[in-house]
Amino acid sequence: MIQNDNPAHQRIRQEVTGNPVVLFMKGTPVFPQCGFSAAIVQVLSHLGVKFKGLDVLTDPSLREGIKSYSDWPTIPQLYVKGEFVGGCDIIREMYQTGELQELLSTKGIETQSA
Amino acid sequence: MTVAATIRAKLAEEFSPTRLDVVDDSDRHIGHAGAKPGGETHFQVTLVSPRFAGVGRVERQRLVYRCLAAELAGPVHALSLTVLAPGEAAPG
Repeated sequence: MIQNDNPAHQRIRQEVTGNPVVLFMKGTPVFPQCGFSAAIVQVLSHLGVKFKGLDVLTDPSLREGIKSYSDWPTIPQLYVKGEFVGGCDIIREMYQTGELQELLSTKGIETQSA
Repeated sequence: MTVAATIRAKLAEEFSPTRLDVVDDSDRHIGHAGAKPGGETHFQVTLVSPRFAGVGRVERQRLVYRCLAAELAGPVHALSLTVLAPGEAAPG
């Protein structure tokens, strides 16, 4: 699933391994351009998790690249410590069941309200 | 055939679901990116099938996305999924 000769994939790998929590989203954390992206921003903010938001709308190669990198056709996508966790439905569900908080703490990510 | 009917037919054939709801909620997204007059761009799908027993969350959604790849590459802008195995409670 990961092709080394794809420059977008190389960049994505650097982002997701160089930053503990990365959200590929439409818009920015301050101005999300899509309700589904906004929902994940809200969850992360509520948990007090520091994350890097990457706006796919301003970067078409990133927008296409992340879909093939993750084998996942939709945006937003959340990565924790280099690992794909899920899109909006999955993150929302994991937050409700407490599994997201558990995953973050297992991975050594600081949260404020967990 | 409408997009909703196509989604329903493809999922029914692929997963033999015990429950399948396809809701066009495009009217909740009027004016948003990807919304079009006439709707049929934003869908909520609830799918219950024995195929998902023992399959993780991410892989479940991948199976559904693969089944609907043509729709996602075409008219469908957003697809909200609840994918369950029989006996699992639907999340609140």
